[in-house]
Amino acid sequence: MKFAVIVFPGSNCDIDMYHAIKDEIGEEVEYVWHDADTLENYDAILLPGGFSYGDYLRSGAIARFSNVMKEVVKAAEQGKPVLGVCNGFQILLETGLLPGAMRRNDSLKFICKTVPLTVENNETMFTNGYVKNEVIQIPIAHGEGNYFCDEETMSNLKENNQIVFTYSDENPNGSVENIAGITNVAGNVLGMMPHPERAMDTLLGSEDGKKLFQSIVKHWREKYVVNA
Amino acid sequence: MYKVKVYITLRESVLDPQGSAVKQALHSMEFKSVEDVRVGKYMELTLPSSVENVEAAVEEMCHRLLANPVIEDYRYEIEESVAQ
Repeated sequence: MKFAVIVFPGSNCDIDMYHAIKDEIGEEVEYVWHDADTLENYDAILLPGGFSYGDYLRSGAIARFSNVMKEVVKAAEQGKPVLGVCNGFQILLETGLLPGAMRRNDSLKFICKTVPLTVENNETMFTNGYVKNEVIQIPIAHGEGNYFCDEETMSNLKENNQIVFTYSDENPNGSVENIAGITNVAGNVLGMMPHPERAMDTLLGSEDGKKLFQSIVKHWREKYVVNA
Repeated sequence: MYKVKVYITLRESVLDPQGSAVKQALHSMEFKSVEDVRVGKYMELTLPSSVENVEAAVEEMCHRLLANPVIEDYRYEIEESVAQ
C-alpha cells in the first residue's frame, strides 16, 4: 500500500507522519509537494499537522487553494482514504470535504498534552482495529481546535455515525459535543485534531495511534488484495 | 481604481473568546461599562477600474476565501477613486 504525505509550506508534522508509515507500519510512503498535479499513484492521502501558509487569514484557508487540493478532492471522491490531522483537519473543513469550521480554543491557549479519546465509531476504515468505546491516549497540540457546526449539521453527523472520536475526560478546546474527529458521509475522509502519528511508540508515551494506520492498511488489503 | 474595504466578524451565534478576553482587559482598565467586545478582521483590497462586475467579484472573494461563512459574517464597501 502506498501513502502520500502532502507537504504544504508550513507543514511541520509531515516527518512524523512519514516516520509513522515507513518505520512503524512498514508501508510505502512518499512526500508530495503542495503543487503536485496528480495523486493517482497513491492509495491513501495524509494531510499532516502544522501551520500551512503560516495560518494567515484562517487555519487551512489558503492551503485549500493549493494546486494539489483539487487532486485530494478527486481522491476523496474515488473513495480513497484521506486523513487530515490537526492543520490537515482544518484544511479538510475549509475545502468542504468535511462539514463545520474551526474556532480558537475557548481558553485562548495553545494546548499541548496527551488526552484520552473515546472511539465512538469503530466501523470505519480508520478505526476497525479499535473496540467501540475504547479509550485511547493520543496527544493534541493546537490553538484552534474548537470544532463548530450548526444544529442541522450536528444532527446529520449523529444520524450518519460520522462522529468517530470524542474527548473522554475534559473537553480541552470547547468543541461542540466534545468532538475530536469526524468523517464524511461516505466514511473515507477523516479529520481529527489529536495526532495519532505522535502516538506510535510507548517509549514516547503511547502507541495507541498505531491501530489507526493499521486499520487503513487492513481495510485496503481486504478490499484490493484478498479479492485480487 | 477601486478601493474595497472588507469587514469580517464572527457570527453573533458564535462565541468570541478573543473578544471576551479584550472585554476583561477593558474592565480591568476601569472601563467597566463595556458590555461586549467582538474582535474581527479588516482588509483593504485595491483593484483597477477595468474590473467588470466588481461587486460580484468581491462577493465571491469574501464568500470563498476571505470569510468562512460557517462562522463568520462579512460586509464590504467599494469606493471608486479617479487617478490623479
